[in-house]
Amino acid sequence: MLKAKNRMGLVFFPAYDWAISPTHPEREERLLYTQDQVLEEGLLDIDGITEYKPDIASIEDVERVHICVPDVKSRITDSHLISAGGAIACGDAFMKGEVDKAFALVRPPGHHARRIVHGARGFCNINIEAVMIEKLRKKYGIRKVAIVDTDCHHGDGTQDIYWHDSETLFISIHQDGRTLYPGTGFPSELGGPNAVGYTLNVPLPPRTSDKGFLYVIDNLVNPVLKEFQPDLIINSAGQDNHYSDPITNMNFSAQGYAELNHRLNPDIAVLEGGYSIEDALPYVNTGIILAMAGLDYSMVKEPDFTPERFKQPKETDEYIKRLCEHLYNKWNKRDIIRKELIKDKKYVKQDRYVYYDTDGISEEQREITKVCDECSGLSVVESRSDRGYHVTAVIIPRNACPRCYEEGLEEYEKKLKNGNQMVFLQDKKNDVFYNNRG
Amino acid sequence: MIIGLDMGGTNVDAVLLSEGRIKKTIKSVTDHENIFESIKKPLDEIMEGEDIKNIKKIVLSTTISTNAIVEGKTEEVGMVLECGPGMNPQFFKPLADICFVSGYIDHRGREAFPLNSEEIRQAKETFKKKGLKNLGVVGKFSVRNPDHEKTMYKILKDKENVVTMGHTLSGMLNFSRRVYSTYLNSAVYSHFARFKNSVEAYFLKKGIKAPAYVLKADGGTLSLESSSKFPVETILSGPSASIIGALALNHVDSDGIILDIGGTTTDIAVLSDGVPLFEPQGIEINGMKTLVRGLFSRSIGIGGDSYVRYENGEIKIGPERRGKAMAFGGQWLTLTDALISAGKIDTGLKSKAEEGIKLIAEQMGVSFEEAVKAICKKASTTITDYVRKLIREINNKPVYTINELLYGKKIQPQKAVIIGGPAKAMSELLEDQLGFPCIVPEHFEVANAYGAARSRTTTDLTLLADTALGILTIGEEGIKQKIPKRFDVTQAHQILMDALKQKALKLGADERDLEPEIVEEQSFNVVRGFYTTGKIIRLKAQIRPVIKPE
Repeated sequence: MLKAKNRMGLVFFPAYDWAISPTHPEREERLLYTQDQVLEEGLLDIDGITEYKPDIASIEDVERVHICVPDVKSRITDSHLISAGGAIACGDAFMKGEVDKAFALVRPPGHHARRIVHGARGFCNINIEAVMIEKLRKKYGIRKVAIVDTDCHHGDGTQDIYWHDSETLFISIHQDGRTLYPGTGFPSELGGPNAVGYTLNVPLPPRTSDKGFLYVIDNLVNPVLKEFQPDLIINSAGQDNHYSDPITNMNFSAQGYAELNHRLNPDIAVLEGGYSIEDALPYVNTGIILAMAGLDYSMVKEPDFTPERFKQPKETDEYIKRLCEHLYNKWNKRDIIRKELIKDKKYVKQDRYVYYDTDGISEEQREITKVCDECSGLSVVESRSDRGYHVTAVIIPRNACPRCYEEGLEEYEKKLKNGNQMVFLQDKKNDVFYNNRG
Repeated sequence: MIIGLDMGGTNVDAVLLSEGRIKKTIKSVTDHENIFESIKKPLDEIMEGEDIKNIKKIVLSTTISTNAIVEGKTEEVGMVLECGPGMNPQFFKPLADICFVSGYIDHRGREAFPLNSEEIRQAKETFKKKGLKNLGVVGKFSVRNPDHEKTMYKILKDKENVVTMGHTLSGMLNFSRRVYSTYLNSAVYSHFARFKNSVEAYFLKKGIKAPAYVLKADGGTLSLESSSKFPVETILSGPSASIIGALALNHVDSDGIILDIGGTTTDIAVLSDGVPLFEPQGIEINGMKTLVRGLFSRSIGIGGDSYVRYENGEIKIGPERRGKAMAFGGQWLTLTDALISAGKIDTGLKSKAEEGIKLIAEQMGVSFEEAVKAICKKASTTITDYVRKLIREINNKPVYTINELLYGKKIQPQKAVIIGGPAKAMSELLEDQLGFPCIVPEHFEVANAYGAARSRTTTDLTLLADTALGILTIGEEGIKQKIPKRFDVTQAHQILMDALKQKALKLGADERDLEPEIVEEQSFNVVRGFYTTGKIIRLKAQIRPVIKPE
């Protein structure tokens, strides 16, 4: 019998009774063929690979990360709590030392869900990785976390949640935002005033193949991770870079995905997107599981794959090389860039418009963040949606310094007196969540 | 009249049922040198003075295949494996003489890469040269499309050899288990065939015309004829014989457990609404995980002969067995000695048992009575803790729908049926610990043989209908037929139920016993772009072991 080199935990939750709509890509049978492949390969019989049942995330677990408008319950379904709970079960198994690696093969995904949640965007309601990470931070006291988002779409939700947090390194590798949803994730997006350089975006040109992705891992991601020294590495493992994916334009293969996970060596992987449910997911997931378990994945390939079919152009090679150099340079000079950026500003203001494509909601947002040398800085967010909601959220960071903390409480009191809009206080320092609706 | 016989490692038990009641029971010692003799002797004895013509059927639960595997007395096997892309299959190498061939069937049962007949012919030559006559062919996803395995079979099969096709053993996905199951079936084939011939010759000599059945690990039977084609099905039938027997002796309709307390181990089976649970994928033998259906049963290393000692300030019982009980002339203290000293068992030399207890009481620095009590308590808590852990594990097994995760059934045992040597002595102690009634049924000492006698034919089939491809397959039966676009679940039910009945009758089922049921049903849309182009229907149906009180 085969024995895995790494003890590996697997949460497999295909949610066969849940879909956004009957023909939506995020529908019941998305993981059906993957489960067939995993079962047929006998992966769950391998000594050292253990299947775990997902937990069910609590409302508090969600409120630790998100401000849901008007509340958590009305913005989600059970499926979202189970999907996040699947990630949490993986995190728990890893932190307790029961496994060396864990992979949450769950749906629905989460990396487009931002701090403020008015509804679903990019098929995501809540950010399942962030809900897991914050739960693990609270439960096990871990501090530094790195998220490497290998979904084909920019992980804009995760970026937004950790924009100000220098203890969470976020690197997103994705198809160039000029050619794909959500249209963001450019090299200039480097993080907020208190966390410059801790967000890195690697937009790749359409038709990038295995070579390009692996180059980024070897020449940018791994060197940065080595310097950052995280307590935990998470792969937001979207599988839509695959050459057969119906809604993207990349040329990544199952073998490439396996190799990427071997080289990146994440502690935990969480499934994100990936909608080539018959031609990609069964092979990609087999590859990832084998690679994470430390087993031979050299024979994993799609039946129709030949490397010649997916050679990337020379210009792409060179473009990616320059991009990695550019970003590594930014990472190295992050303190200088920060100084230039904030000059002598006390607060930094950011206005944005957010569209919830899945639910068709528009939101206008103004975020004001206190420039702070000691913590991630207090943020106050004003948000209005075209559904008539007008909310203010006061967000006190986990590592808040006394000044930011006091100011946060004062702001909350002030906003409460101000009028009849909804006011939220997300006090991450004390892990409590208030709103004026009781 | 029906005869049931169960051959275990130590004893062979036989019962004779007349109009559903136990008329005679026989216990004899297993002859490991001559397995067939072990069966013949008790059969001779139990039929003595009976009119052979009145015997309706004979059901045998044997360790013939199990022993051959465990003792390594199986035939060398030649295997042809069509693995396609995926896991590196080199780890199968030590198992048998393996030829890896090209070709691939994908997860929907489509041919992704054709088979190369020349490679199969070469494999045949290789096997011939090596004198291998027990062969097996297995392809990845062959249960989704058995065509490649069938072609391989046709090329390999001749008058002199045996060829097992993977898809005929089970409809479940799991290539690695399919390989092991196929290997085992071919490996024990000749062994079992010799046994079958002996049984048939014996029946002929005795003038027995009644059909013979063989018990399977799932608690059901196969006709002797069919079992010779699928001898792997007959492995590990012992625990199932006891489970079926215990249930037939004492009807349970709630959640519950069955405890079979033996010499060195206690076997635990779990009931959901009175129905014994199956192993989710299949049973494991000699480190090989198979697709052979079996009743769920777990062993804990504690039984009547378990060695009892005082170590590091606590009582230890088992899993080691050092010999028989002191009351029966042994050298080392056992659980049975404690039960005898407690007055719960009334056999053996009580004084000898008490000697042992006195010694341990001294070590513990407690009185004789306290020592007996402590040992009994330790035994019952050890079993109880294990039962609770097992139930927790079962209730924690992964599920794949939101509905099941939130509202799925949780097993909550309400009753235990206890059998095996120390059953009576242990029942009260266990009842205290478990907190629900523990029943020791009458005739519990021959529950296994009674279970064999009362068992009936079981079988199962898996159907996959893919209306986008226009194909329906029933893997185990090698059925592959065209279906129209509008094919629906109701039609699928009908086809599967008919096929299941046919199969059961072929395996020797009694028409009156057939109670087929659908146990799994899934239906998904196949979407291309944003349009539904078809449906995938997956059904699993079974005839499960039916246990009703007479």
